[in-house]
Amino acid sequence: MRARLLGVAGWAALAVVVLLLLAVAAPDLLAPGDPDATDVTASLHPPGWGHPLGTDELGRDVWTRVVHGARSSLGVGLVATTIGVAIALVLGLAAGLGPRWLSTVVARIVEILYAFPTLVLALLLVAVRGPGLAASVLAVGIATAPGYARILRARVRGVAVSGYVTAARLEGAGWWRRLTRHVLPNTLWPLVVVVTLGIGQAVVWVAGLGFLGLGALPPAAEWGAMLNAGRVYLTTAWWLSVGPGLAITVTAAALTVLGRALGRVSPS
Amino acid sequence: MTTTPGPSRRALLRVAALAGRALLVVWVTATVVFLALRAAGGDPVEAVLGGPGSQAGPEAVAAARAQYGLDLPVWQQYLLQLWRVLTLDLGDSYARRTPVLDLVLSALGPTAALAVSALVLGWLLALGAAWLVSWARAVSGRLAPVGRAVVAVVRGWEVLASVLPHFWLGAVLVALFAVGLRWFPATSTPGSLAGLVLPTVTLAIPLAGFLGQLLGEGVGDAESRPFATTARARGAGPTRVFSRHTLRHAAIPTVALTGWAFGFLVSGAVVVETLFGRPGLGRLLVDSTLQRDVPVVMGAIVVIALVYVLLTVVTEAVEGLLDPRAATTGEDR
Repeated sequence: MRARLLGVAGWAALAVVVLLLLAVAAPDLLAPGDPDATDVTASLHPPGWGHPLGTDELGRDVWTRVVHGARSSLGVGLVATTIGVAIALVLGLAAGLGPRWLSTVVARIVEILYAFPTLVLALLLVAVRGPGLAASVLAVGIATAPGYARILRARVRGVAVSGYVTAARLEGAGWWRRLTRHVLPNTLWPLVVVVTLGIGQAVVWVAGLGFLGLGALPPAAEWGAMLNAGRVYLTTAWWLSVGPGLAITVTAAALTVLGRALGRVSPS
Repeated sequence: MTTTPGPSRRALLRVAALAGRALLVVWVTATVVFLALRAAGGDPVEAVLGGPGSQAGPEAVAAARAQYGLDLPVWQQYLLQLWRVLTLDLGDSYARRTPVLDLVLSALGPTAALAVSALVLGWLLALGAAWLVSWARAVSGRLAPVGRAVVAVVRGWEVLASVLPHFWLGAVLVALFAVGLRWFPATSTPGSLAGLVLPTVTLAIPLAGFLGQLLGEGVGDAESRPFATTARARGAGPTRVFSRHTLRHAAIPTVALTGWAFGFLVSGAVVVETLFGRPGLGRLLVDSTLQRDVPVVMGAIVVIALVYVLLTVVTEAVEGLLDPRAATTGEDR
C-alpha cells in the first residue's frame, strides 16, 4: 500500500538517494581512483571513455572528484539544515504555543525574513564573519530558518488548537507535557518531509556560496569549490562546471521528489 | 456584520495597514543588520572595516566609530542604526571610498532590467504550461491517454525546473548556446539585448517551475468549482474557461507570492550576474562580501528591503484588481 503511494518517481528518487549514501559511505566502490591524483598529460579532457565527466586543468578525473565530494557536500547540507531547523523549532514552537501577541509578532517577522533573498542574508553573515566553509554553512542554516519556521508555526498552531490538545489541557496537563506528548509527535512527520526537501536546498545554497568563492575553496573536492574552480574555464571547458553542477542538481531533485512523495504518504 | 465602514475609511485603513507593514519591514531589516554586525564577534569597528587584521588607519577607525556611534551604549547604537536606515544614511564604502547609496543605486538599474525580464518570461512560461494542462485535461475519448501524458510531462517539467540551481542551468546554457551553437554571448553587458537572453532564461526557468506548480494547483481547484461547470455547460471551450474563469481564480495566490518571487530573483541575480560577468546589485554584493566591505553589503540589503516594500504595495493593488472580494469586503474568502 505504502509502496504504491510512493510512486515511480518516488522510488527513482529513493534509488538516487541510496546511491548518494553509497558515495558518502564508500566512494571507492563507485570511483576507485584518487580524487587528487594529477596527470598533466591528460589535462582538460572533455568527457569520454576513461573520463566520463572529463578532467580538470591538472588532469584530475572529474567523476572521481564528484563522487568523493559527496561526503563533504551532503555533510554540509545536513549540518546547515540542522541549524536551520533547530532555530525554526524554537521560533515555531514559541509562535505556535505562546500567547497570541507573541505568535503574531514572530509570524510577521518570520514572514518578512522568508521573503528576504536567502542568498543575500547568507552573504551578510559571510561578509561579517569572513568567507570559508564553516561560515557559509552557518550562514545557510540561519538564512533558511525562516522558511522552516513558517511551516512549523502553521503546523504547531493547527495541532495546538486541535481537540486532543484542548482535552489534555482541560485534564490539567502542563504546557511541557502538552508539548512533548502531543504537539511534538504530531509535528514530527511534516518535519521529516521538510528536512528531506531542505537538505537538497541547503546543498544548493552552500554550493552556491562555494561557486561565488565564499565557501570551501579549491582544491577541496567539494562540489561548490569545484564549481568555483571551473568558473574561469566556463567557455573553454564547460564540463568542469556541468559535472559537479549535475551532482548538485540530481541530489536536489531526488531529495525534493522523495520529500514530496513522503508528504503524500503522511499518516495525517 | 452589522456596520460596514464607508469606502473612504476603508481605503484609509488599508493605507495605514500598508504603512505599518512597510515600517515593520524596515525595522526588521535594520535589526537584522544590527545583529549581524554584533555576530561578527570582537570589535564591531573591525567588522565594518574589513575584518580582523584590517589595514584601516586610525582616522578610518575613528570615522567608523563616530558614524556607527560605537562609543555609545548599545541601545543608543541600535536607535542610531534605525535612524540611519530611515534616513537612508548608508555611509561610505570601506574599499571604494564612495557613498554606499550611489554604488547601490547605480547597480540597481541593470539588476532591475534582468529581474523584470525574467519575471515576465517566467510568468509567460508558467501561463503556457497551465493553459496546456487545462486543455489536456479537457481532452476526452480516445485521446484521453494523450491528455494524461501531456499533464504528466508538464508536471514533471515543472518539478524539475523548480529544483534547477541557477549556477548549473547557466553553465549548461552557456555550453549549449554560447560555446556550442554560438547564438548568444557568454558574457552580458547592460545595454546589449543579445547578452540579456541567457541570464534571463537562467533566472526564468526555475521561477516558471515554481509559478507553474502554484498556478496549476489553483486552476485544478477552480475547474471543479460551480462557476467553471456553469461556463462549460454554456458551451465554453477549454481555452475560454481557462482564460475567462479559472486562470483569474488561480492567479490570486500566485500573485500574492510575488514578494517571495522577488527574493528568489534577487538570490538568483547574485549567481547569474557573477556567472555572466554582468554588473548589478548581485555582483556588487558578491564583490563587497569578498572584500568584506560590510557597509556596502548592509546598504544593499536596506535598499533591497525598500524595493520589497514597494513591490508589496503594487502586489496588493494587483490582487485587488484580480479579486474584487479582497477590495469590497473583509469577509473570509
